[in-house]
Amino acid sequence: MTDPMPQEGGYNFAYLDEATKRMIRRAILKAIAVPGHQVPFGAREMPLPYGWGTGGIQLTASVIGPSDVLKVIDQGADDTTNAVSIRRFFARVAGVRTTTRTAEASVIQTRHRIPEHPLREGQVMVFQVPMPEPLFRLEPRLVETRRLHALGDYSLAQVRLYEEVAKHGECGSAYNHPVLVNQRHLMSPSPIPGFDNPKLHMSPALMLFGAGREKKIYAVPPHTSVVSLDFEDHPFTPRRAPHACAFCGSTESYLDEIVTDDRGGRMFVCSDTDHCATRQEAREAAE
Amino acid sequence: MSAILEACGLDLRFGAVRALDGVSLDLWPGEVVAIVGESGSGKSTLLRALAGLATPDAGRVLYRDAEGAAHEVHAASEAQRRRLARTDWGFVHQNPRDGLRMGVSAGGNIGERLMAAGARHYGGIRAAAAEWMARVELDPARMDELPRNFSGGMQQRLQIARCLVTGPRLVFMDEPTGGLDVSVQARLLDLIRGLVEELGLAVLFVTHDIAAARLLAHRIIVMRHGAIVEEGPADRVLDDPQHPYTQLLVASVLAA
Repeated sequence: MTDPMPQEGGYNFAYLDEATKRMIRRAILKAIAVPGHQVPFGAREMPLPYGWGTGGIQLTASVIGPSDVLKVIDQGADDTTNAVSIRRFFARVAGVRTTTRTAEASVIQTRHRIPEHPLREGQVMVFQVPMPEPLFRLEPRLVETRRLHALGDYSLAQVRLYEEVAKHGECGSAYNHPVLVNQRHLMSPSPIPGFDNPKLHMSPALMLFGAGREKKIYAVPPHTSVVSLDFEDHPFTPRRAPHACAFCGSTESYLDEIVTDDRGGRMFVCSDTDHCATRQEAREAAE
Repeated sequence: MSAILEACGLDLRFGAVRALDGVSLDLWPGEVVAIVGESGSGKSTLLRALAGLATPDAGRVLYRDAEGAAHEVHAASEAQRRRLARTDWGFVHQNPRDGLRMGVSAGGNIGERLMAAGARHYGGIRAAAAEWMARVELDPARMDELPRNFSGGMQQRLQIARCLVTGPRLVFMDEPTGGLDVSVQARLLDLIRGLVEELGLAVLFVTHDIAAARLLAHRIIVMRHGAIVEEGPADRVLDDPQHPYTQLLVASVLAA
């Protein structure tokens, strides 16, 4: 854990001005009130390009307070460029403490993963979402997708699932598998792997999703049912590579495949670096 | 027995054009009615208004479901109308591209209506899709192919299978044989006639092909300038046309 840095002068706390934060908080409250429903908001230009987490950063900036502890992960890793930059950004403009430990963080901004360590009540997960519309690519007209959401008509998503089973023989896209939130709204779980979908269900933590380019916010409040779409005879099955982590030996965590040379060499390691490091430390301490 | 579909006093203007001018008609269960007339006479507009796809300026359309409950089509909420459209009704478009999802396999196209009606058993959906492909004379082995690999006549048959898979009671068809060559038209008409008899469907179809009307329809409605000028049993209208316009229409059919 790093010590709090003195806040950079010339910026409002957490970069965004108070009026913007208030506007985003209103959108967040509405999103929480209607789980899985996409609420439009006036996304601001942020000092990083679209696709790098502008939506997530604006959410984090709106919910974070001086006493919060921030963790940022990118594909599960705390040490990638994007994660490091966003963590440093908030350390500078908000002066908050940052951490890599899931258990110690109160706000976790993430791209593409939910940490392996179980979340607890009071934690806020902030997802960076590239495309919030789960019916995207199925229905090209946004007006029509809104109508389908209003009518709760999700047969299109089911048709896509049918096509997947017909092509690949199994249910469960590798990532971004659509979920039904609170038995009402179809939601894109941001591009997290299907492996993480069950972690959304009845989670004690608050899940916030922000899409900066598409200017949409949606949320899953704590203890809300989140069910992955599937067929009765082809139930949704979360998948992981059938290996053990090369560093910590975990056979339960989600693994990244890393190519090590150009002769077919590869290794599988935990995608969640904090989870892996904690396990390695525990093993060393035991020895 | 009461009518399955009742329309009364339908009016619809497109600017100065009176597309529908006080149209009233009844459709009875199991009855096949052809709407004939020249291009621009309001045939397709009438069909769209009856199916709830276009909203008339005046008049009302009443649909009576299997339990005998009446639904006023244009007063119903969109959710109710959509539910009717995918359970009780079918709509066969002239261009299969309007009625099919071209990026989805044949099986998925048929299965979509079942899934919209709540089917969530993959094996069951697939079996129903295969059965319906066979019934419309498509090879079930091709159910994972995209519709664009199919010929025009096959796409039209696929569209019919998609409409009928949920067991509708009422089917609207907008020139189902338009744009097909004559031999394919004949086979398609034959297929439609067989299915309609077998399933006891009420069918309302628009055509400018008098021969198709004679082959399929029990009753013919002749439209001109948005109004019904003549209606009656198919053979009577075609063999003994009363209205001058109908006489012209029947007289202008080319004999082979």
